[in-house]
Amino acid sequence: MSIRPIESFTISRLDILDEKGNIDDSLMPPLSDSDIKKIYELLVLSRTFDHTALSLQREGRIGTFPSISGQEASQIGSAFALEKSDWVFPSFREMGVYITLGYPIHMLFLYWAGDERGFRVPDDLNTFPLCVPVGTQIPHAVGTATAAKFRGDKIAVVTYFGDGGTSEGDFHEGFNFAGVFRLPIVFICQNNQWAISVSREKQTASKTLAQKAFAYGFEGIQVDGNDVFSVYKATKEAVEKARGGGGPTFIECFTYRMSDHTTADDATRYRPKEEIELWKERDPLLRLRIFMEKKGLWSEQYAREVEEKSKKVVDEAVRKTETREPLDPKDMFTYTYGTLTSRQIKEMKDL
Amino acid sequence: MPKFNMVQAINLALKEEMQRDKNVVVLGEDVGVDGGVFRVTEGLLEQFGPERIIDTPLSESVIVGSAIGMAVYGLRPVAEIQFMGFIYPAIDQIFSHAARIRARSHGRYSCPIVVRTPYGGGVKALELHSESTEALFCHMQGIKVVAPSTPYFAKGLLISSIRDPDPVIFLEATRLYRLFREDVPEGEYTIPLGKARIVQEGSEVTVIAWGSMLHRVLQAAGPDAEIIDLMTLNPFDEETIYQSVKKTGRVVIVHEAPKTCGLGAEISASIAEEMILYLKAPIMRVTAYDAVVPLPKLEDYYIPSVDRIKKAIEEVKKY
Repeated sequence: MSIRPIESFTISRLDILDEKGNIDDSLMPPLSDSDIKKIYELLVLSRTFDHTALSLQREGRIGTFPSISGQEASQIGSAFALEKSDWVFPSFREMGVYITLGYPIHMLFLYWAGDERGFRVPDDLNTFPLCVPVGTQIPHAVGTATAAKFRGDKIAVVTYFGDGGTSEGDFHEGFNFAGVFRLPIVFICQNNQWAISVSREKQTASKTLAQKAFAYGFEGIQVDGNDVFSVYKATKEAVEKARGGGGPTFIECFTYRMSDHTTADDATRYRPKEEIELWKERDPLLRLRIFMEKKGLWSEQYAREVEEKSKKVVDEAVRKTETREPLDPKDMFTYTYGTLTSRQIKEMKDL
Repeated sequence: MPKFNMVQAINLALKEEMQRDKNVVVLGEDVGVDGGVFRVTEGLLEQFGPERIIDTPLSESVIVGSAIGMAVYGLRPVAEIQFMGFIYPAIDQIFSHAARIRARSHGRYSCPIVVRTPYGGGVKALELHSESTEALFCHMQGIKVVAPSTPYFAKGLLISSIRDPDPVIFLEATRLYRLFREDVPEGEYTIPLGKARIVQEGSEVTVIAWGSMLHRVLQAAGPDAEIIDLMTLNPFDEETIYQSVKKTGRVVIVHEAPKTCGLGAEISASIAEEMILYLKAPIMRVTAYDAVVPLPKLEDYYIPSVDRIKKAIEEVKKY
């Protein structure tokens, strides 16, 4: 008789770029100067989109909107590591992911203005529309990964969710399924510390979210979610592992939601000011800028050009959205079933 | 022609569709090595291998949810939920996603999945093994609901369901699985979704049923009754019903689900809206009672009996 350890785990955390713009050279992923500039430009573009969306919401030109402010590195760093043939299943706060994948920005505005045409995903993009019920997109990603494996396609499937999502049943069922079948999938959690008003500590008693992967038989890692290089490196390695038949990976991006949950929320009701101040110093864009400046990749003039270009792109997208022909009310019938039912045909006459 | 029971007919439909289309896969609990708890998928693992006959963990939500993800990638998944009472954990995936993906993506994606599940009582099973909650699924637009009543129609309807571009909830009456055999041709034939069939022509009263209740109606109704097997519960075949009501002016609807908000309510409201001037009597519903589905001791009191159906038919005829 004996009692002895039969299994143990180590949870790692990856930090490459710190708040002062210093990097750990030994961990730095191979990114060219032009890649780094592209990433910076995507961060600025996503932030410009976000600010514009918040103003449009205040003016009543779009509906409720969830800001991505603070989470840009988690979103752009991960999406930048994907290939065109990979499949992506976002939650509802992944506008930076969509923008990085090349999703037409005017369609994102169209969606947030309440028009389904915004998520008629272009045929050359392998992404799903955003998913409102928390965590329920995870099984879809698992199914697509099953199908890709079945077909022998060397692709990775990536799904995004938040810290709140890790409490949902679909998270656990999906993780379990992915582990059992060793699926080519990467689970990316943006742990932004708050699920509306519920803090990360009240969400789970686990010390990290990353450790949950080990219960399902695969690796989990925590990365600095405000460091675009850490997120990129972890994602790049995970998607390559997935494509090569190495099975699933869980990446916990440790980040922060700088804004309210959505424009319908008031985070001052539940969050201490000091916490926000602390995270301001950890801003993902700021530290990338300092790093680039040290490397000679950033100047005031370059920054101005990038900002002006982003503003132009976003303003043009808004114009395109707002001058689009109105949605045909018949569309609500057209896209319910493959063909109209006899009752729908009668109902359409009421319009 | 071979005589098959419903289990064998459904098995044949799955086998033939899997032979025809390599994108058809089956997933669910115990569907592989065990051949399903009712043996509906028996022999399929040996023939098609574990990549197409997938024994899943006990995860109803991910069985349906992953079927959605597979369908988006071009497969034609047939998911089995072991009993209708176990479909409730998967309702979020069915209602929030399978039903809406076409609309949400404005037609970029569709969800051609089939969710097969045994439903209804009559086999003296445990709690939540005898549910008949088809109306829940009929109410949710974007999905179709099918309930065959015989082996022949089960095969043809399942083939149509697998090929249909929309998600289909395919309800297999547990009581009918091995109740009787009939001629079931090998090879392809389809029964169209959205169409009812007239099982018996008659002039005095229209009796509408589906699944296992059809067989009680056949025992209860006389030769003057027009008997309609609805087969597809959503979207249901209004036209066949209206034409029959025009002829008979009397209607009895029979289902195994409770009366309140059951599918009978929708059918009778539709008849009242469209056919009021043809009605000679109030529309009657013979249903299970507004009570929680009881355990086997009380099951026979709960599910509509031949006598109750008979009485209702007599009552509308006398009116």
